[in-house]
Amino acid sequence: MHAARLIDLTKFYFLGDNIVRALRGVSADFPMGDFVAIMGSSGSGKSTLLNLLGALDRPTGGQYILAGYDVGTLNDDDLSEIRNRLIGFIFQSYNLIPQYTVLENIQVPLHYRSNRRTIGSTEINRCLDLAERVGLAERLDHRPFQLSGGQQQRVAIARALVNDPEIILADEPTGNLDSVTEKEIMDLLTALNREGRTIILVTHETSVARRARHQIVMKDGLIHSEGMLITDGEK
Amino acid sequence: MPFANTLRTVRLALKSLLLHKLRSGLTMLGIVFGVFSVIAMLAIGEGASAQAQAQVLALGATNIIVLTVKPPPDSQQNSSGGGRRGFVVPQYGLLRSDYDLLTSTLPTISGAVRMRELVSEVRYLQRTLNCRLVGTTTEYAEMNHLQLLRGRFLSDQDEADMANVCVIGAETASTLFPLEDPLGQIIQVRTHRYTIIGVMRSRTASAAIGGSLSGQDFNKDVYIPLSTFRVRVGDIVFTRLSGTFSAEQVELSQITLKVRDMKDVVATSEVVKESLSRTHGAKSDFDVIVPLELLRQADQIRHIFNIVLGSIAAISLVVGGIGIMNIMLATVTERTREIGIRRALGARQRDIIHQFLTETIVLAGSGGLIGILLGLSTPLAFQGLKVIVQNFVLEQESGNSQMSKMFTEMEPRIAWWSLPVAFGISVGIGVIFGLYPARSAAKMDPIEALRHE
Repeated sequence: MHAARLIDLTKFYFLGDNIVRALRGVSADFPMGDFVAIMGSSGSGKSTLLNLLGALDRPTGGQYILAGYDVGTLNDDDLSEIRNRLIGFIFQSYNLIPQYTVLENIQVPLHYRSNRRTIGSTEINRCLDLAERVGLAERLDHRPFQLSGGQQQRVAIARALVNDPEIILADEPTGNLDSVTEKEIMDLLTALNREGRTIILVTHETSVARRARHQIVMKDGLIHSEGMLITDGEK
Repeated sequence: MPFANTLRTVRLALKSLLLHKLRSGLTMLGIVFGVFSVIAMLAIGEGASAQAQAQVLALGATNIIVLTVKPPPDSQQNSSGGGRRGFVVPQYGLLRSDYDLLTSTLPTISGAVRMRELVSEVRYLQRTLNCRLVGTTTEYAEMNHLQLLRGRFLSDQDEADMANVCVIGAETASTLFPLEDPLGQIIQVRTHRYTIIGVMRSRTASAAIGGSLSGQDFNKDVYIPLSTFRVRVGDIVFTRLSGTFSAEQVELSQITLKVRDMKDVVATSEVVKESLSRTHGAKSDFDVIVPLELLRQADQIRHIFNIVLGSIAAISLVVGGIGIMNIMLATVTERTREIGIRRALGARQRDIIHQFLTETIVLAGSGGLIGILLGLSTPLAFQGLKVIVQNFVLEQESGNSQMSKMFTEMEPRIAWWSLPVAFGISVGIGVIFGLYPARSAAKMDPIEALRHE
């Protein structure tokens, strides 16, 4: 069973007379419970691929099938729903809403559920459980600026999990963190993967990439190599 | 359910607004003052018209007032027979026969009173006062809503006897008799003496609307029987004024007709005009005043006033709205990142529109509420303004002019309908001026927005 499939995915940007071919035909399968690291230097098409995987953008050609939906054919509202229901985002700069508390930040995706249900005690309890799961049960009333980088990223992880998504999309999740905190965050992601969550990780750090089950290396808008390129044991 | 969602959106909007208290407060000020000025302007307009209405009603809504008017000089020359050939006293105004004609031919009236007036000096011992000497009959008091303080008013018997009695107004009494009891005292007017038989209660002056009728101050009156006036003063009055000498002959100064039914007032006044112009011919020496029509005019003026004042105030509301739009546009730019985050987490374009529109509406709506509270204090503020004006502006200049009287006697009245209207308009302004910033927020590309620093 696939969580996500990419079939000959292309993305071109038209800048006047120039055509920038950011993705030139990418195919990949992400089975359920997968943990993959996408690597590559800047300009390799890594970010473009991430935007497509995150349903923030539509491909120029090819197909992106996420949980049975052909994302390329959906309109803006449907893309919003896909992002809300099927994708959990974790960003490099955490991207918490500054005026909200930890608990409120975790709740944000709940506001945009397609059924627009009111947030009841069930949902609140779920948020509290998640906060505890990422180790922030004591800091529910804190604002993002009162937290360390690692703590903020934990809030983001809890937020990514609140709607029980099909895939978790992490974009350089440890890029702004020191190595100790990096290890903590990666331990948390690894633990989530062991529970059966599908995680797609974008990074250019081998220390992070090696924690994934396998890696995809992008180059010039194409998949350059994939497989168990670096493993946990290797240097 | 949707209600709970709205409540949540409003709560979140409040939270975002409270994050920048000073900015939100300053932005709100435009609406606050806009709403305040709308309510205050309407309250002042309403107050002025209520004052005007009260004055007109004091004339009596069912009354028709027929006045003697001094004709313009050229038509007077005709009646005097021309030039220096001989001195002919100009004769003009309402005649006793006019009174008989009107009372006998008009079926719609329930009463009529005639009077003859003359401004002259009234003397008691060494004290003098320029009063309005009024020769009239017993119905006069009731027709003009005058109330007696002490003694009695003129009776039919006084009229028949041509009695040398008088009733004096409140100010006449207090000026001539500051210490004594005026009842039974004798005052001198011109060359004749009259015994005081009654004193009137003080009464506020009545209308001076449209310039057709000067405000009447009943407090400085001296009333004597009409028949007495005729024999003591006569129809011909000579006046000497710093060397010049003039004379005029007037039989009646005013006839007031009371119409039985309000709906007949206008028609009856037409008949009065028609029949009087037949007997008076080309001489334009009378005027017919219908308080009911004045009332209607006052109503129209009030409408125009309300519209003009309201639109001036509305301009400030629009200015306030532009201020809100400006700030919201800045806010949207500042919160681009937040918009990107929300879009990534599943917010649709219309969710973003809702969010920012709610913020603008909350901003404008609370501004409106504060403006209403300020507006409600208008009467109080106006009271303060009055004190300032009376103490520092009016005293030096025309303390007793029509304008200043109107100002000091006016009470602003809150037009209650203006409160919900003003609130509605301020919310509407929130919607109108919030839509563009909200839409520009929603139209952002989520990828770009997320990358925004």
